[in-house]
Amino acid sequence: MAELRQQLLVLHLHTPDLNSHVVAWAMYDGTGKKRYTTGDSDAPPYSSVVEAMQDGWRVIQFPQQFPAYPGMEYHTSYLRFEYVLEKMEEI
Amino acid sequence: MVDKQHLLTTEQMASFVADGYLRFDDFIPDELNKAAHQEMASGVPTRGGGGTALNDVWGEGSAVGEVFNLPKVQGIIQSLVGENPLYDHHAVHIVRPQSEHGQIWHADAIIDLRMHFDIQFFYFSHDTPREMGGTMILPGSHFRRVCETDVARYQNFLSQHPIVCNAGTLVVVHHGMWHCAQPNLTEDTRYMFKLRLNPTVRQLKLWNTDDIDTAGIRGILSRNHRWYGNDVRLEIVNRIKLWRFLIGDESYDVGYWLSRLENMPENVKNVA
Repeated sequence: MAELRQQLLVLHLHTPDLNSHVVAWAMYDGTGKKRYTTGDSDAPPYSSVVEAMQDGWRVIQFPQQFPAYPGMEYHTSYLRFEYVLEKMEEI
Repeated sequence: MVDKQHLLTTEQMASFVADGYLRFDDFIPDELNKAAHQEMASGVPTRGGGGTALNDVWGEGSAVGEVFNLPKVQGIIQSLVGENPLYDHHAVHIVRPQSEHGQIWHADAIIDLRMHFDIQFFYFSHDTPREMGGTMILPGSHFRRVCETDVARYQNFLSQHPIVCNAGTLVVVHHGMWHCAQPNLTEDTRYMFKLRLNPTVRQLKLWNTDDIDTAGIRGILSRNHRWYGNDVRLEIVNRIKLWRFLIGDESYDVGYWLSRLENMPENVKNVA
């Protein structure tokens, strides 16, 4: 039986809508074949989460949404609409 | 006080507020670049540590000191942090030849949470083509308070900006700017000199304000760097707050944004 390893694709979206466009992206390869790094691509691999799903990626994490704490409504920090997707690949 | 011609303009200051950085290409004379490059390779001596007046940091004959004493560089410094800033620290950032992996995204120290901001210079003394790096910055990230490498999981953003430049390029960033060194795939060592400065005066109209009423400011402060998606309105609000602080006008607005909060519907009508 083939051994499988996980590939992770992290897509950050314009809005929580899975059809909205990707604004940031990252990939992590569990097969050990490739190491992705900062600034290694100018364009996202998919335009949206739905497009990635259509190519076989499985969504394994939805971003939780929380209202801002009172007084923190204008504070910004991390990207809020982060989806984690996986594909299993034979090694 | 440096001659007015060397100070930043209001448009440049607004760009700094919106983008978090200003870039000056081919800015430093080549002779100084070569000397500074050599100094970086052998170590840049300084006198005093963090909190020393900048004017006391560089010894006679320091090429790096000469760079930051140039009137046009002093003009940038004075416009952003005033005439007598404090030296916070410097670092000669070195990326060895054939370094295939980029540094993780990070912001530098954000211990000081006041509206006052520090500046950081990134000085490139030699040509830096894309295969050599250079430093990647994320325009518009400076208001996003994160603790150093908390953003290390990210890799790429729309509008990320690799500083690819000729020798003598100087970039100045707000201390909150997210950034990371990029891979150096060449056979040469890459150097970048970073210098952080703290203001010692209220950052109030320190630049050349002759163009303070120019119509373009609102458009500059409304820029959209795309990578923060739906949060663009929050970014604009934070820029308006900093712009009000810099120009000393608590009523400034780029439209009907914060000024709507100065409407007071909770006031009870004075009935006769």
